[in-house]
Amino acid sequence: MSYAPYAVAAWICVVGLYGIVTSRNLIHLGVCLTVTQSSTYVLLLAVGYVHNGGPPIFTGVPPGTRAVDPVVQALTLTDIVVSVTVLALILALALDVHRHAGTIDPDEIAELHG
Amino acid sequence: MSWLLPLLVAVPLLGAALTAATDHVLPRHVKDLIGIAAAGTTCAFGILVMLRSEQGDVVHWFGGWHPHGGVALGIDFVADPLSAALAALVGGIVLVALVFSWAYLEEAALLFDTLMLVCCAAMCGFALSGDLFNMFVWLELMGVAAYALTGFEVKEIGPLQGAVNFAIVNGIGGYLIVIGIALAYARTGALNLAQIGVTLTTGGGRGLVVVAMTLVVCGFLCKAAVVPFHLWLADAYAVAPAPVCAVFAAVMTDIGLLGVARVYWTVFSHPFAAHAPAVGDVLLALGIATALLGGVMAFLQRHLKRMLAYSVTCHIGIMLAGIGLLVPAGLAGTADLLLAHALLVAGLFLATGVLLALLRSVDELQLYGKGRRVRWLAALWFGAALGLAGPPYVGVWAGHALIDEAASGRPWIPPLLWIAGALASASLLRAGVRVFLGRGAERDPLLSPEMREQPPGRGTRLAILAPATAVTVVLGLLVSVVPGLTQRTEEAAARFSDRAAYASLVLRGAAAPHTAPLPFALEPTSLESVLYGIGAVLLAAALAAFGLRRPQLGGIPLLVAPARAVKAVHSGVIGDYVMWLTVGTAVIGGIWAVALR
Amino acid sequence: MSRRARLAIFAPALVGFAALLVWGVAGLPHFGHYRGPYGHVVNRIVIPERHVSNAVNATTYDIRGFDTMGEEFILFAAVTGVVLLLRGSGRTRAEKDDVVRSDVVRAAGAVAPAVVVLVGLWVAAFGFVTPGGGFQGGVAVAGGAAVLFVTLGYRAWSRLGNESILDPLEGLGAGGYVVVGVAALASGLPFLTNIFGFGVAGTLRSGGSAELLNWAAAIEVAAANLILMTEFVEQYLVRGRS
Repeated sequence: MSYAPYAVAAWICVVGLYGIVTSRNLIHLGVCLTVTQSSTYVLLLAVGYVHNGGPPIFTGVPPGTRAVDPVVQALTLTDIVVSVTVLALILALALDVHRHAGTIDPDEIAELHG
Repeated sequence: MSWLLPLLVAVPLLGAALTAATDHVLPRHVKDLIGIAAAGTTCAFGILVMLRSEQGDVVHWFGGWHPHGGVALGIDFVADPLSAALAALVGGIVLVALVFSWAYLEEAALLFDTLMLVCCAAMCGFALSGDLFNMFVWLELMGVAAYALTGFEVKEIGPLQGAVNFAIVNGIGGYLIVIGIALAYARTGALNLAQIGVTLTTGGGRGLVVVAMTLVVCGFLCKAAVVPFHLWLADAYAVAPAPVCAVFAAVMTDIGLLGVARVYWTVFSHPFAAHAPAVGDVLLALGIATALLGGVMAFLQRHLKRMLAYSVTCHIGIMLAGIGLLVPAGLAGTADLLLAHALLVAGLFLATGVLLALLRSVDELQLYGKGRRVRWLAALWFGAALGLAGPPYVGVWAGHALIDEAASGRPWIPPLLWIAGALASASLLRAGVRVFLGRGAERDPLLSPEMREQPPGRGTRLAILAPATAVTVVLGLLVSVVPGLTQRTEEAAARFSDRAAYASLVLRGAAAPHTAPLPFALEPTSLESVLYGIGAVLLAAALAAFGLRRPQLGGIPLLVAPARAVKAVHSGVIGDYVMWLTVGTAVIGGIWAVALR
Repeated sequence: MSRRARLAIFAPALVGFAALLVWGVAGLPHFGHYRGPYGHVVNRIVIPERHVSNAVNATTYDIRGFDTMGEEFILFAAVTGVVLLLRGSGRTRAEKDDVVRSDVVRAAGAVAPAVVVLVGLWVAAFGFVTPGGGFQGGVAVAGGAAVLFVTLGYRAWSRLGNESILDPLEGLGAGGYVVVGVAALASGLPFLTNIFGFGVAGTLRSGGSAELLNWAAAIEVAAANLILMTEFVEQYLVRGRS
């Protein structure tokens, strides 16, 4: 039980990578990339959890109350922004690829090779 | 002078915000001037910081958050001479690229300056950062700007493919780093490099530390395009506009290597001190493999930018080998090599830009003989190609000499690096002979054609393009004769690899004792280095001659089949690239898991 | 390389990679037993030193505010990149026939966007007191504008989603963050030092100059998301069926 969240994070990462390697659609690939990244959120947040700790908001609560780690939450926020932005770029690229090549199958847009 | 450190990032970022906010309001040349001013200021400040840091590393704690009782709370920038020099180099190369693109790119170069300045800021930030997550943030920032810049010529499928492959491989690399950071954070409760390093000197949790190191190093190696994470680089650098490629090839890939070196020396050098050869040898092996593969692949190209991209891979491999030797002399050699290589390869990419503008192509066989009129460009091209081979006291020679000296216990290393570097230069020489001299076989089926590139819309203002290219190449050639450079890089490298001094400076503000000022003189060198230098040029010339004659020598089946196989691996398909990335991470992790238990 | 060959090499590599991850996380402290000093120190000092009750936002905008500056610019650069990639082919601002016919939806559109935007602004404003903050609020505001598009159609949207408003706003948000940092530098303090008074914890006036950074982030995130949506929406509308 005490390692379950970490195992979940590892599983999500592995599944995402599998999706990327076997993908036949650039949009699906972008989403798989997001899935891989969400494994980092799960891991970060799981690492910062404190048993019986409340949220790190101290409004009306005496300081020194047990609270979870706020730093990993800030890191996860940054991580989410990174994920959103990379996904936006990949989607824009997918749109452009479709406009020029008529397909968004990554196996078929390999014009540069060798 | 620590107030200069944030300005190295703040100035280009402000420039970027300004050019973006006024995108439809200000005329193009005003925005270009803002960009050039910002980049120039960054370069100047970088040089100032580098000079100041010679007396002692400069530290700046953001937000005034100094360490609370040995616990670093805030984010810091630490400028030691090597990282400050890299930041200055970034500013300088971006400056040259912006000046070049001022005359090179079309009228409607929408938001180009913005993205270039963002890239500049991110690279400077990465070089100076002393916090692991902050390094990740800058890595992603330079990545995001770079993916868009790669796909700049949106009209064709090639740039889009390059941008997609670039984005996905580097994106995954970034996520590997975050997993590594999460592991290290859980174990040490810190994100500051010095503090993680100090905390890791005690306690167990071996497996976790090995995996954290694997993931973080592999993530940086994705950015640095080391085998087997290198496949995206040729796709991306073949299609971006020439000034953008100059920036990428000169400094962005090298930044990944700085990440590896920084993280190793400040964080992981102590826990694995007893097994340091295991760590170093893996890096060394990767470096040599990358160098050789890059050289071979460069030789098999006819698209000049793709050829240059593979030569970048080759030199990155040599640089990684220098780091993998795990001694200050090796690191110093890498630094000197980086400086010369950055200038020379930037100049070469700018030269391809001129070729595209003047002669409408960057294909070696299509350009056969057409470059005969452009003698000045021919001189620069051959000069840079020879500079990358490294005859004595020219170009990359100083770096190579230091690396060879550092590898003195293992005599099989210098020849391998020598062959790899000669292969890369040979391909450039061969291309130069075909393009500028019109000699050699006119057809070569082993070199596969790539897609055509659209010449830039602007007329060629050679009055700007020519000096920009010339200055860059000449500076690169002169690196090995700068008096006092090698002594200073050696001393800076020794400081860079001193974990304890770094930690006490960052966490407790304890300044290192002053060292005697270094002389401005050329260091005496060994006969071996001179011979290697001369030999490199001779070997490169011989290989180039072979390449020119190869189709007429009848197919040499022993060489053709493996060449085709190697080329087939570089398939252009992202699924294959990510597969190789996974293989690489698993193998490196597996080797370290066994060796470092 | 054929897909089968690729999978044949990938499968064992993925198993090895997974094993590596499992071995790595096995060395972590048990779930719920976070040990490290960083989080505990931050929780302890957040009220005494900064008078801010939301420790996450104190970390985001004050203690690790420099990371947030980089993160803001990541969003900024990505949106710039999307604009750059989706430009070209000279799309016209043609008013396509995009009329919302359902009365219920249009009635909702009269109210819902304003509600969402207000909620977003509230979340951003109270970021230092309750969960929330600039990023979350900015995204909610952009969401409100998206609701506007969905319920009232393209014409209503294009009043908000046009470049001459959004570009300067985005630049203001991003540049504003840097300016606050430089202001501290100009007064002789390290970059991004909190130079205004800290106010009283638990009220809107807490956090000092981190409050300014909070708003800079909110503006920039809202503007950036709106630009993103505009770019994608205009691709859809002008392209037609594709």
